Amino acid sequence: MSNQKSGLKKITSMRLFMPIVCLLVIIIVATITIPGFLTISFQNGVPYGYPVDVINRASELVILAVGMTLVTAASGGQDISVGAVMAVAAAVCCQILSGGEVSVNSLAAPIILAFLAALAASALCGAFNGFLVAKLNIQPMVATLILYTAGRGIAQLITNGQITYIRVDSYQIFGSYIGKFPIPTPVIIAVVVVIITYLILKKTALGLYIESVGINGTASRLVGLNSTMIKFLTYVICGILAGIAGFVASSRIYSADANNIGLNLEMDAILAVALGGNVLGGGKFSLMGSVIGAYTIQALTTVLYGMNVSSDQLPVYKAIVVVIIVVLQSPVFQKALASRKAKSQAAKPAAEGGN
Amino acid sequence: MKKRVVSMLLCVAMTAAMVAGCGSSSGDSSSDSGEDSGSSDVITVGFSQVGAESDWRTANTESMQETFTEENGYELIFDDAQQKQENQITAIRNFIQQEVDYILLAPVTESGWDTVLQEAYDADIPVIIVDRMVDVSNDDLYTTWIGTDSLLEGRKAAEWLNAYATAKGWDASELNIAHIQGTMGSTAQIGRTQGLEEGVEKYGWNLVAQQCGEFTQAKGQEVMESMLKQYDNINVVYCENDNEAFGAIDAIEAAGKTVGTDIANGEILVISFDTTNAGLTDTLAGKIVCDVECNPLHGPRAEELIKALEAGEEVEKLNYVDEEIFAYDDTVASVTATNSLEEEGDYAVTVITQEIIDGRAY
Repeated sequence: MSNQKSGLKKITSMRLFMPIVCLLVIIIVATITIPGFLTISFQNGVPYGYPVDVINRASELVILAVGMTLVTAASGGQDISVGAVMAVAAAVCCQILSGGEVSVNSLAAPIILAFLAALAASALCGAFNGFLVAKLNIQPMVATLILYTAGRGIAQLITNGQITYIRVDSYQIFGSYIGKFPIPTPVIIAVVVVIITYLILKKTALGLYIESVGINGTASRLVGLNSTMIKFLTYVICGILAGIAGFVASSRIYSADANNIGLNLEMDAILAVALGGNVLGGGKFSLMGSVIGAYTIQALTTVLYGMNVSSDQLPVYKAIVVVIIVVLQSPVFQKALASRKAKSQAAKPAAEGGN
Repeated sequence: MKKRVVSMLLCVAMTAAMVAGCGSSSGDSSSDSGEDSGSSDVITVGFSQVGAESDWRTANTESMQETFTEENGYELIFDDAQQKQENQITAIRNFIQQEVDYILLAPVTESGWDTVLQEAYDADIPVIIVDRMVDVSNDDLYTTWIGTDSLLEGRKAAEWLNAYATAKGWDASELNIAHIQGTMGSTAQIGRTQGLEEGVEKYGWNLVAQQCGEFTQAKGQEVMESMLKQYDNINVVYCENDNEAFGAIDAIEAAGKTVGTDIANGEILVISFDTTNAGLTDTLAGKIVCDVECNPLHGPRAEELIKALEAGEEVEKLNYVDEEIFAYDDTVASVTATNSLEEEGDYAVTVITQEIIDGRAY
């Protein structure tokens, strides 16, 4: 009996327990309310169904969430400029591919060149954020607020305020499918990004460094870690990942829509990090938790669409989820919970003693 | 010390941004001539534009600049507000100081115009509102309004669909419509949605799904994807702008279905609005079967109104610009629809050709 209980406790206290439960709750609700939610059929040789939509559409969010996790862990704050950086990357990429035209049917430059330029631009944005946060010690929210407001303006400047269309099939494959290969390209890109980041964090000491800088920056510096550099690096990585996400998002609609690419996605990315069981104040982190969190959010969005909830009501449901998570994580609530536990434990022997 | 560095940095950034902003706007104001001519035969018009956020807006600006030229006897003072109301208010105050003859205002928002329009009214300068409406306590504060009639656009599309279905011999109950709406609460969304809903009530079509696509391609795609999984009988898609239509078409094709006119054989018919260049290209290709225009060329109509005011005539408070309907084929020659002023009219349907697309200004 007690053995069973401790086993259960072990599972519930696992780091990924809460994120997985959240995802399962949404899937169960969806299976009940939407007939055929979990069925996957094949159409035109590619899988087709709600689960495919969720995994496909979540790709950009997964990529962003990875970067956001690192930034959160190292600096104890969030990068709210990622959506705008996506727009900048998309604008740079499409502008190079189109050679300055508004709409083109053939590429003016190789895709790899445009992709690298987009990454360079987003890395620059990340470096700017990193400089403000790591070097000048500005609060992350405030520092990234600059690009959050200015980023879309920069993207507009790059595209001359127009939506630049790249109507070329070879560009569209990054947002759809490669020929008849049954897995959507964005999913492949997201998985590759997660695996590479995971390997870098595990095979090098970077993951450990990021955690220690996040837990106590001063102490880390005293033991010889360059905490400024590590914080700076996480912002650059976050910028580059936002650039990749922007590239995928722009390929999906084969255009650079400076006003709308990645709009409000920074909030979803922060939410994914929180849902993943990561403390928003920095320190220890779980990459997989954030990834599951990202899929949870996209599942929520897709399910609400499937239930015919209007898309402008979506933020309300997301807000409810955020409020619950933030309350659960708040020190006051944690303290209350701990003291209740202590009380019940203290009460038990007393009751036994009375017997 | 650190604080000072940060604040200095911010100041530099701000100044740089302002310089950059001015640089770009001066490029736009090509017809802005510095000195005041002062002669009575030249009519000075001050035009405060929202910005240059879309092709539509750019075409709107160009239309004004092409109409109010020096050859036509006008002097246009153009101001790009870059999406900010305070810039527009400053621009109007400048116009009043420069004693322009007319003020054209394309407002960024509806509210907050009372004070500055009162100043223009006191200075006896007629104000013509363009595109979006202003919400002021006293309607006398502006002289007249020019814009598009989105309710009429919606009704035109609905009447076109009815005429098309009748000509093809489709029964009203066979039409299963998926409706992708624009940003909720925008003028275009309200009018175009009402137009369709009236049609549904009048002709008995099935409106199977209704969802907001926020006027963007990405959302249009995502919403359509979801609708196709819920309902496998959709044969008409009514998108409230071209961008949503592009996304919807992508989603339909990704699901292994085709867009077109042959709904008896499983094709899905797409109706759209705005007639952007890309939208009409898709109409020519038969992907969008009917595209209803939202006309940005307000210049000629504004000139007409100014001429009437110069001659001392009374003008209507609300003026709608003429808008066309473009279709892929000639099944429907014209439709009869009622505009927002409750006037019934016949509207010809133009079959799209490459020459029409090439000849258009936007």
